[in-house]
Amino acid sequence: MLETVFFNLFGGLSILAGIGVVLSRNTMHSVLFLILCFFNAAGLFFMLDAEFLGVILILIYVGAVMVLFMFVIMMLEVNVAKLKEGVVQYLPLGGMIAVLLLIEFVAASSSGVFAQGDKAVAEHFGREVNNTAEIGQILYTKYLLGFEIAAIILLVALVGAIVLTIRNRKDAKYQNINAQVKVRREDRIRKVRM
Amino acid sequence: MAIQAGIWALEILAIAVPIALSVAYITYFERRIIGWIQVRKGCNRVGPAGLLQPLADGLKLFLKETIIPARANKLLFVGAPILALTPALIAFAVVPFGETTLFGFWDEPHVMAIAHLNVGLLYILAISSLSVYGFLMAGWASNSKYAIMGSIRTTCQMISYEIAMGFGLVTVMMLAGSLDLADIVHAQQGGLLHWYMIPLFPILLVFFISGCAEAGRTPFDLTETEELVAGYHVEYSGMWFATFSLAEYGAMILISLMTSILFLGGWYAPIPALDIIPGTFWLLGKAAFLIFVFIWFRATFPRYRYDQMMRLGWKIFLPWTLGWIFVVGVFIYTPGLDGIINFWLAWR
Repeated sequence: MLETVFFNLFGGLSILAGIGVVLSRNTMHSVLFLILCFFNAAGLFFMLDAEFLGVILILIYVGAVMVLFMFVIMMLEVNVAKLKEGVVQYLPLGGMIAVLLLIEFVAASSSGVFAQGDKAVAEHFGREVNNTAEIGQILYTKYLLGFEIAAIILLVALVGAIVLTIRNRKDAKYQNINAQVKVRREDRIRKVRM
Repeated sequence: MAIQAGIWALEILAIAVPIALSVAYITYFERRIIGWIQVRKGCNRVGPAGLLQPLADGLKLFLKETIIPARANKLLFVGAPILALTPALIAFAVVPFGETTLFGFWDEPHVMAIAHLNVGLLYILAISSLSVYGFLMAGWASNSKYAIMGSIRTTCQMISYEIAMGFGLVTVMMLAGSLDLADIVHAQQGGLLHWYMIPLFPILLVFFISGCAEAGRTPFDLTETEELVAGYHVEYSGMWFATFSLAEYGAMILISLMTSILFLGGWYAPIPALDIIPGTFWLLGKAAFLIFVFIWFRATFPRYRYDQMMRLGWKIFLPWTLGWIFVVGVFIYTPGLDGIINFWLAWR
């Protein structure tokens, strides 16, 4: 009973937040709606006793990824008039994608893939099953290669981002930290006999 | 169901109300202690020994006018302090304040936490990383260049130190073999020598100093410096401004409690014989000492320059904690060396 209430609450709110992301005019509000959406998804994970996934979703997506999103969006200057100029130009392409997606959604949902019937239903394992340990086991044994490849790709992306943005400007002034740290009182203060 | 909801409400109140009260009185003790360190009196006029000062301050803040800048985004301007305060408070939901059998009512001791999560440590990390949004929103919604620069400064600082903090906690997980805060405390049972501050002393330092930066305390209070035009809250006044400081002090209490739980044996006494004193007193005593250290820092150290602070976070703490993960890993899995660390390993 209580579970259904909370499922409807989290599920409904995440759908509403998703709609809010698309419909709100203010990009900042969109980001906040997306964060709300992630929170509700985390709530759904918690309801399945998958607390590790729920917490990681909040930690990575809400705590790290969305902060960067917000940083970028804060710096954007949104000029609505300029955005509207391109609408007619992109309408045919956008419309085509929308129609294609609609057909795919209808086809997929009518094909019976989403029918419950004999499908496995997510189960509760409670506190006894430590899903942190379980995920760790499977990630570091069965999916080790994929895990390592993902890590390498992230590392390459990291290095790439730094390489792309680094600019050694000749006129920039830098502090020599070693020299600063090495400074002792004798270098700065001189006793003068008056 | 109604009874269960009532119990939950009571549990929440039993933690939220003491936090609000202790925040009020930490401001009082902060002023008294800094006064003492700087050979002044501190506040001593309102009530006996100035003890009513926090109430007077609260009243003053309530009566002040709340000014909302003309071109601010009103909804987010008002929402930002709430977004900053909420994570600071809900993080306390998993903090175990001790164990109790409720005077023999239960056969086995129960953990005194609102929610006893399997992943308590991760929950704390995740939730405490959320207060960044409050600070970002405050700067953006104020529609002021000083506020937005301040909020970017604050966010950079908090993100940077979170990483060092998270890596530091990995070593605690490696020793305890669990993310459950109660399990981590149980792993440190048996007196002072079993506490994780012995094998993980460098991590304790990194964690506590990063905690200073996370909570925006001196020497890392670049979030609210006068010479940089305050910070994200420059446009705030009255109660909304006070909400931000409430969040800051809440974070300070949380960091103190977490340091006590993770490194200083939680609710266990330094000598097992002293465990006859209830564990909650030990935990709160340790946390109170750490809060005193926070205040001591404030009276002692000058503020970091911004580039120095970033350097400390990224170039010193981060490699240091990563290195310590490596060292602990080598100790755990090398035959011959593992004898040394087995003393603290809970899962072997």
